[in-house]
Amino acid sequence: MSVLIYTDSNNGALTKNAFEAANYGAQLAQAAGTDAIAIVAGSASGLEALGNYGVSKVMHVADTNLDNFDPQKVAHVIAEAASQTGADTIIFAHDYTGKSVAPRLSAKLDAGLVSGAVALPNGNTVKKAVFSGKAFAEVEITTATKIISVLPNSVDKIDIGGSASVEAFSVELPSTGITVKEIKKESTELSLTEADIVVSAGRGLKGPENWGMIEDLAKALGAATACSRPVADIGWRPHHEHVGQTGLAIRPNLYIAAGISGAIQHLAGVNGSKVIVVINTDPEAPFFKAADYGIVGDAFEVVPKLVESVNKLKES
Amino acid sequence: MKILVCISKAPDTTAKIAFTDGDTKFDENDVQFIVNPYDEWYALVRGLELREANGGTVTVLNVGGADSDPIIRKALAIGADDAVRIDAETTDALYVAKQIANYAKDEDFDMVLAGKETIDYNGSQVGGMIAELMSLPYVSLASKLEVNGSTATIEREIEGGVEVIEVNTPYVLSAAKGMAEARIPNMRGIMAARSKPLNVVSASEATVSTTVKGFTLPPAKSGCKYVDADNVQELVDLLHNEAKAI
Repeated sequence: MSVLIYTDSNNGALTKNAFEAANYGAQLAQAAGTDAIAIVAGSASGLEALGNYGVSKVMHVADTNLDNFDPQKVAHVIAEAASQTGADTIIFAHDYTGKSVAPRLSAKLDAGLVSGAVALPNGNTVKKAVFSGKAFAEVEITTATKIISVLPNSVDKIDIGGSASVEAFSVELPSTGITVKEIKKESTELSLTEADIVVSAGRGLKGPENWGMIEDLAKALGAATACSRPVADIGWRPHHEHVGQTGLAIRPNLYIAAGISGAIQHLAGVNGSKVIVVINTDPEAPFFKAADYGIVGDAFEVVPKLVESVNKLKES
Repeated sequence: MKILVCISKAPDTTAKIAFTDGDTKFDENDVQFIVNPYDEWYALVRGLELREANGGTVTVLNVGGADSDPIIRKALAIGADDAVRIDAETTDALYVAKQIANYAKDEDFDMVLAGKETIDYNGSQVGGMIAELMSLPYVSLASKLEVNGSTATIEREIEGGVEVIEVNTPYVLSAAKGMAEARIPNMRGIMAARSKPLNVVSASEATVSTTVKGFTLPPAKSGCKYVDADNVQELVDLLHNEAKAI
């Protein structure tokens, strides 16, 4: 009996989501009086840091054949680790990697999977977001082995402390049919799904040439930039910035929307944000109903002032 | 080229989300059901484009009851050649994936396409499960699919970018935005859909691994606190001192 956590790495370093998943698993293990064990696949360093998140042991399969995306191989590695440790609960982050690997593992082990968990389980029942963030479901896992993937930025970190021992773990990999040819990073800027603060703008900005102030605000706040669907569709902003029902779903601590009316499809992508600020000239804009703070005003006047005030705060 | 597209029935994106039976069931009253957008706009349409360019067939598959037939006809109207409905109550993703894998294993499909997730349960599970059950490669959240003979070049979303992957048939793929543009069925398509084959097959034996016990709605926002447009400094103070967000 133990909790096994798949901690994903990117370019040799553990991801932010990996640490979150580790802490979720450690909280679960602590409540159950068992060990939290992390499994790492591929080249990665700095794994001892998982100890700070409550993990007691890290199993590291340092095989370079695992450096590139191949969910089939990774699922195999985790299944081997689960069998070795006798893990009855396996934790993932519900991110790009988790979405690729967790379902495979679920089918492989015939283990029930709840994806997108927003809280620690209550017995065998896990709370997850459904209907694109418009509701939650309590889902009971009825199999002996349980798999849970955790929605990023939705469960608070608890300091458990301790240190982790890192052990090499060797697994014979199956041959599979996937080859990664190339990785294209859209930008070197902060990734939207991992950013703590996101500054977003919509049609209210009137044209792509007016995005300078949005970028200034993002820079002042250390934030990522996003946009609404119409703006991506007419080509003012790149598609990978589109947040909403059919674009990215994000859950930052702070979401600032300028010149976005807040259609239901847009809200579906951002309603998991902890604090929402809306700036719009139209006091009737539906977005204000979902906002924590609002300014009825022209983004062209409000945003530059906001940049100034934020810079002042950062200097103080 | 033999293509299977898995489609799911989902409530319309603007449907009111409410629950009945002691908050254990989705309230379907006055709700319009549609083909899950990711399945229709991206997986199905890309499948049709590939058939148009390379020849072959596109079969749509749904796991569900007779209440799924209208959305299956819609997929046929958009252009799928035929349809299969596995007659079963959809319980959990693994159950559904087992039904699909069981059917597909003897059918020699070159590719199995699905949407990246449904807009009701947001699981992102079925595609990966089908792949594992059929021992096939799986590419999730694909935004581009180019086919050259038996080799596919696929782009999939990753943190802050895309990854380009090469894979040989057969494979399973889940489709995200960018894959194709939505198509609206025309009158000829709608007429033709009525006579296209919709084969209903019975479900295979499979266990259920998760059960929904109940639903809750998120707590209502306590209301928007308005700040005067001439006093932006106050907003920054509130975000810093009250919300502790900056």
